[in-house]
Amino acid sequence: MARIASLAQAVSEVVHDGDTVAFEGFTHLIPFAAGHEVIRQRRRGLTLVRMTPDLIYDQLIGAGCATRLVFSWGGNPGVGSLHRFRDAVSNDWPVHLELEEHSHAGMANRYVAGASGLPFAVMRGYVGTDLPGQTSNIAPITCPFTGEVLTAVPALKLDAAVIHAQRADRQGNVQLWGITGVQKEAVLCASRSLVTVEEIVDELDPRPGAIVLPTWAVDYVAVAPGGAHPSYAQGYSVRDNDYYRAWDEIGRDREEFNRWLDNHIFNPAPGEVRA
Amino acid sequence: MMTVAAARALRDGDVCFVGIGLPSTAANLARRTHAPGLVLVYESGTLGAKPDRLPLSIGDGILADTADAVISVPEVFNYWLQPGRIDIGFLGAAQIDRYANVNTTVIGDDYRRPKVRLPGAGGAPEIAANCREVIVVVRQSTRAFVERVDFVTSVGFGRGKGDRERLGLRGGGPRTVITDLGVLQPDPETCELVVTALHPGVGIDEVRARTGWPVRVAESLRQTDPPTPSELAALRRLRQQTEQQE
Repeated sequence: MARIASLAQAVSEVVHDGDTVAFEGFTHLIPFAAGHEVIRQRRRGLTLVRMTPDLIYDQLIGAGCATRLVFSWGGNPGVGSLHRFRDAVSNDWPVHLELEEHSHAGMANRYVAGASGLPFAVMRGYVGTDLPGQTSNIAPITCPFTGEVLTAVPALKLDAAVIHAQRADRQGNVQLWGITGVQKEAVLCASRSLVTVEEIVDELDPRPGAIVLPTWAVDYVAVAPGGAHPSYAQGYSVRDNDYYRAWDEIGRDREEFNRWLDNHIFNPAPGEVRA
Repeated sequence: MMTVAAARALRDGDVCFVGIGLPSTAANLARRTHAPGLVLVYESGTLGAKPDRLPLSIGDGILADTADAVISVPEVFNYWLQPGRIDIGFLGAAQIDRYANVNTTVIGDDYRRPKVRLPGAGGAPEIAANCREVIVVVRQSTRAFVERVDFVTSVGFGRGKGDRERLGLRGGGPRTVITDLGVLQPDPETCELVVTALHPGVGIDEVRARTGWPVRVAESLRQTDPPTPSELAALRRLRQQTEQQE
């Protein structure tokens, strides 16, 4: 059974120093409020896993929470670069960031293998690219039935997964809809999981295309209205594209970024913390 | 002109894997002009999205709201892209070489200490491998058009004819490279990119000057038709609708 807790308590129970942790959400339902709470709790030495690092990892990396990143596309969608990510890779600021890099198809398959309790996944991919030369986590495998050579990638093993969803009921069953990315797989890959939600309702009435994570598959649920901002929660909010554009300026400069941390994470204005 | 040329390369009824930026603009322009039956697939899991404005990201709500189906990301790559159900894949490039191999990972020789760290692979390696054909859109410059890419993120034709087959890549690879100056296509004999069309007002010397290898020119060099009034009007309307919604 999932425990319903405050965001601060749930984050402190689920995300520990040195953990391998995924904050998932494919453009939609990105768990920003939980990420900001991790920064506030000054977690260190995290291996961050995510297909599309996005602003949330730019912020966690810039704040010095991470020493390793496992990913497949690190940019500000439609805007440009993630400058804190680039600064960490190129200049070790604020700390050295080790990379393990994949394609989207490879990462998606690593999540599926993890959720399925398998040691690895089989796919057609990576062949002829320079990616396998940079990590031992991409390897050829021969099909025992046809002899065809395919690609294997190991299952993701996560200490913790954090996602955002539209809502949960009082028992902690979680419902999400719209673009659901790899969130279900992320939760099922992880030893511990936290789902932040827009609201808790008495009953989860059916929604077209919704998926439900049953309460017994989730460890913590925390209410965080607007907790996906500047991404969005379909049916509750729209993507704040202006914020994504404005981040380019903030993320570009170390001092500007540190000011943002002080003003919006460590000393937020009343009402700004979305929990 | 790049956007219009890219839109024209799409046929009505094709299933098209769309990335954000110019590919998304071109695909939506095609849907409003000559290819109303074009099926747009965004890698966020929206199959058959019909946005009335241009999304900033591949996962904007408008895509999910207008899609025929919204599916998980593993399903996008495993069920739809991998078996070859997608006709056209669109790729951008920081670097592209003589054999249409694409780099979106790092600039510089040292992966661990790159001169420029780029976003990385995303869906591109498997789009390049598995789509029936690939269209690359990239501005022409000697920085982008290099003899050999610093990092192969997505395979075009490897080191020449027969390499795709040797690697077991089942899709047809990049058939069209659209730039701000013209169009390059692989030579059928060698798979080397050659200039096959120039946009209006562009001379071949300019293309040569902005290509990082001694680029060859096709015998039947065409000139791209200028954008028609209806293409321009449709593009303007699309941009207006995008601005109004924001």
